[in-house]
Amino acid sequence: MLELQDICYQVTEDSQEKGILKHVNLKIEDSFVAITGPNGGGKSTMAKIIAGIIRPTSGKILFNGEDITDLSITDRAKKGISFAFQQPVRFKGLTVLDLINLAHGEPLSLNRACKYLSEVGLCAKDYINREVNGSLSGGELKRIEIAMIIARGTKLSIFDEPEAGIDLWSFNNLIRVFEGMRDSIDGSIIIISHQERILNIADSIVVIADGEVTEQGSREEVLPKLLTSSEACSTLMNKIV
Amino acid sequence: MEQKIDQLQMHMLEKIADLHSVPEGAYNLRSNGGLAGRNTTANIDIVSKEDKPGIDIIIKPGTKNESVHIPVIVSQSGLKDLVYNDFYIGEDADVTIVAGCGIHCGGDDTTEHDGIHAFHIGKNAKVRYIEKHYGEGEGTGERILNPTTIIHMDADSYMEMETTQIKGVDSTIRDTTADLDDGATLIIKEKIMTHGQQYAETNFQVDLNGVGSTANVVSRSVAKGESKQVFNSKICGNNECYGHTECDAILMDQGHVNAVPSLDANHLDASLIHEAAIGKIAGEQLIKLMTLGLTEKEAEEQIVSGFLK
Repeated sequence: MLELQDICYQVTEDSQEKGILKHVNLKIEDSFVAITGPNGGGKSTMAKIIAGIIRPTSGKILFNGEDITDLSITDRAKKGISFAFQQPVRFKGLTVLDLINLAHGEPLSLNRACKYLSEVGLCAKDYINREVNGSLSGGELKRIEIAMIIARGTKLSIFDEPEAGIDLWSFNNLIRVFEGMRDSIDGSIIIISHQERILNIADSIVVIADGEVTEQGSREEVLPKLLTSSEACSTLMNKIV
Repeated sequence: MEQKIDQLQMHMLEKIADLHSVPEGAYNLRSNGGLAGRNTTANIDIVSKEDKPGIDIIIKPGTKNESVHIPVIVSQSGLKDLVYNDFYIGEDADVTIVAGCGIHCGGDDTTEHDGIHAFHIGKNAKVRYIEKHYGEGEGTGERILNPTTIIHMDADSYMEMETTQIKGVDSTIRDTTADLDDGATLIIKEKIMTHGQQYAETNFQVDLNGVGSTANVVSRSVAKGESKQVFNSKICGNNECYGHTECDAILMDQGHVNAVPSLDANHLDASLIHEAAIGKIAGEQLIKLMTLGLTEKEAEEQIVSGFLK
């Protein structure tokens, strides 16, 4: 499905080269993969590299066997990669329905568009015609962002910390949304998350720290190590609390 | 003398008033400086002025759910059309007025329409006023539209004005003044897009004279190419009142926007706010839409059309 081959990403900081990702090799075949690890470890950068928002300094990205390293964001989206931002973007004038339709690629019937909103726990009639502007809360925007990904229905969906900014009540719904996606999706979901409950429903878990893949394996293999490792555990607990 | 509506005029009517045929209810169609059609109803009378070009639109008190269309079309290159339209809206009326002007300039001479509209809105009356300006044509002559709107609002009246100029007008100076009595509410939504070498100037002046009067003046604009826009909006609070003015502009290419909101509070209980934001399309907005499969150009078009919707 997705393969990262020797991906490096370097930036220049205070006239010094700094490696954000260091020779990352990763194969994603499972349907539900959680990526976790300390803040600043390179998780979001990796997600942006997969979506084409950031170009790697070196390395290759293969999607369904095809080298997509040089493809634009648009071309990758058309090939079937979706990306839910950690901080959703606001648009003056564009409505929730506009964005759901753009995500789907063609105008949807009102009923179907509403169905996507209901799936993420939003009362469709209250939201469908609202502008995606500053009047929506962070949690509402996150749910709309997720609804857009569901409406796209692509082979690979990447979510960057979908739980960030969502209250506890909504978080329970969010878990149900991802459980539903896991059961129904015909492809792969990658979720960057610090939440144990999300890690708990993953098929496999990848740990990225300091720009490197430090752990990779099935949930049964990786999660117990994370929960007993004091450093990883405190990271997780900090996020949960 | 009455003229017939030809295909070109029908096309222009569609652009400025969403009309696909002669409108229902009261209407007055002005074409190339003359009358091309008129209809009145039991509650809405339209009378030609005798001392100057233009009409009086008289809406009886209590008229509900009726509309008046008064489109203007100029397709004769070189014509300079000036018209005075006065609207008398009776107490407790609730009506929609659709105006607008389309210029089709096929020649090399400057073509111009200056519409001066005065609204006298009676107590407790409610008016929705929609005005669209549009220009097209293969000629090199300039297309100029200079609308003036003067609004007098009696106590507890309500007016919503939507004014739109999206395409094809080379130069426009749009003056709007309003005075509001006790409890009156005025909402103005302006949408402008300029391109090429176009120039658009907007001047709003709202006097909140009455106790509890409210005004909300919102402008959204896009300046493309080398076009220039000036937005002047002044709200004077002369009593206990609430006023808000907002200018939001997107810059593209070498577009230029000068926004000058101004608040003049002459009363301790006047509450006035202004906001202005000018900038190019945010990169993250483009990226978000590109991750949905749109090209950068398609993303830009969606953002602009949503912004001006």
